[in-house]
Amino acid sequence: MDFFLQLLVGGLSVGFLYGLSAMGFVMIFKSSSILNFAHGELLAIGAYFFLALATWAKLPIPFAFLLALGGCFVLGLLVERIFLRPLIGEPLIFVIMLTVGLAAMFKGLILLIWGGNLYTYPEFLPKILEIRWGLIRIPPVYGAALIIGALFLLLFGLFFKFSSQGIYMRSVADNQRAALSLGVNVKRVFALSWAIAALVAGMSGIVLGIINGVNVHNLSAIGLKVFPVVILGGLDSIGGAIIGGIIIGLLETFTGGYISPSLRDVVPYIVLVLILLIKPYGLFGLKEIERV
Amino acid sequence: MRKIHLQPCGNFRERYDQELTVFSTDFGRLWAGIGLLILFTLIPLLTSPYMMYIFNMIGIAAIAAIGLNILIGFTGQISLGHGAFFGVGAYAGAIFATVLHLPMFLSVPAAGLVTAGVGMIFGIPSGRLKGLYLTIATLAGQFIIEYLLIHWETLTQGTMGITLPPVRLMGLPVTGDTGFFYIIFIALSGAVWIAINLMRTRCGRAFIAIRDNDRAAEGMGIPIFPYKLLSFGISSFYAGFAGALWAFYMGSITAEPFNLGLSIEYIAMVIIGGMGSISGSIFGAVFITLLNESLRFMTEMLMNTGMVTQSGLNVAPLREFVFGLAIVLFILLEPRGLAEVWRITRSSFRLWPFSY
Repeated sequence: MDFFLQLLVGGLSVGFLYGLSAMGFVMIFKSSSILNFAHGELLAIGAYFFLALATWAKLPIPFAFLLALGGCFVLGLLVERIFLRPLIGEPLIFVIMLTVGLAAMFKGLILLIWGGNLYTYPEFLPKILEIRWGLIRIPPVYGAALIIGALFLLLFGLFFKFSSQGIYMRSVADNQRAALSLGVNVKRVFALSWAIAALVAGMSGIVLGIINGVNVHNLSAIGLKVFPVVILGGLDSIGGAIIGGIIIGLLETFTGGYISPSLRDVVPYIVLVLILLIKPYGLFGLKEIERV
Repeated sequence: MRKIHLQPCGNFRERYDQELTVFSTDFGRLWAGIGLLILFTLIPLLTSPYMMYIFNMIGIAAIAAIGLNILIGFTGQISLGHGAFFGVGAYAGAIFATVLHLPMFLSVPAAGLVTAGVGMIFGIPSGRLKGLYLTIATLAGQFIIEYLLIHWETLTQGTMGITLPPVRLMGLPVTGDTGFFYIIFIALSGAVWIAINLMRTRCGRAFIAIRDNDRAAEGMGIPIFPYKLLSFGISSFYAGFAGALWAFYMGSITAEPFNLGLSIEYIAMVIIGGMGSISGSIFGAVFITLLNESLRFMTEMLMNTGMVTQSGLNVAPLREFVFGLAIVLFILLEPRGLAEVWRITRSSFRLWPFSY
């Protein structure tokens, strides 16, 4: 029973992190229908920005956090402006391959600057966030992650529901041409969505970095784990990303615990194929998929 | 005697089959023949073993890239699992050679057929999915195959890998890079010939119709799902064939090289070379292989000369960066790839002094 509880808690926390990392991915897909293969590298860039600011520049932690997020925001804007804007209206494969190329570039750049070592952040989270419940101990960082995640989820829910920019984003996602003819500034929507997505990715990267340490290879592997998560949750649903993340996380830890540790990493993809065959729009996605 | 076809001064084609000819002029035919002759007689004489190795790598990559181009460039289905299919071919070839003791000229095509079967299984989602969703499904296929290659130990011997027996063809031992050069480039010539002619048949026309507009294709009576599956099958056959050749050439295989990175390299070849162009796949294979080798060479040189001894390790990621940059620049600046560059260069020579 203890083992079961351990796995349950482990799965929930891992899954929550997957969900958190998937949020930025869903943001980009929602507004511009782009599958971002560079997502893991965006996570890593956020984590390394924070690392540089917090440990090398020795800025105060909250300030470093905000500055790192700001840096990610600007990076997102730049990526959209330089690389993706010329491709508006081009075939899907070019856009996908562009993000693949970007992923290789970012990864190479990070490795060039920081190398492949594992870095850790200084301890800074207060101990109050630690949760103890019988044998189960949840470290403070998960508490912090939970709070940050819930906060961002709420903010984005409100943003998409009520703010004019959020509504523009949804309209562009729904039908680019119709939105354009109704006077929505599609270019600005794309730029903003990449900037926000990079910001969210940076935030998730920092949280992941606090938990697992900062390493490019680990973080870019998580960027690929995002695919089963978002497909399960529905490609365009932010809440679905969190729930999908939790389901995938639980599935992974239980497979790893009860069946075989080596199966752990491939189980999400097996589920992915099954979902695509049975329910391609996921649990909460919009049912607009085209059958051929 | 037949009239010699020369370059006309305009477009005088009257029937569709004139559009479909492989060589529009007899000079094209002549140059292709001369090119093949040079390839098979002069190059093995001139070059060093390392150069032969690079040629062989290009040949193998070109076969696989042509296969991927049939799928992506001609049928419009994006696959991120081509590297895994290549691996399936390599393992199938190795298993046929070690367990069933088949000779090479049987086990390589047999490996291609096995891979075609596997590819068709992973092409089944294309019956319901298109675009992004199909891409993700093939991504999952890549990971699942990679897992099976490592963990299906009774068949693949896991992380131990498989060592292949020395190759004998028609009773003669095939040794060294030059021996393989002939095998690989005869196979490549065959692959090119088949691919070019495939696109002139009913089946190839159907692929192109599906790429351009699947609903219109369905409306014109093309059964989409069987043709998509067939495209997956043919593309995987090429990948498996190339993979098996690679396995025999390398002599021993492990599951490591067949990762997502390899799949991405093949897609990069198709895009950099030019989608929907057979010659483009070859250009792409040449470009990516040379890029890889020259970057590796540069990295080694920088580390050996001691210019960057303490930061020597930090130069290696440059390879990844440049690879990414090449993909990005090609997509932004010349999305139709090297084949288009070649076409423009040729036509500007042909139209000289009025080229534009």
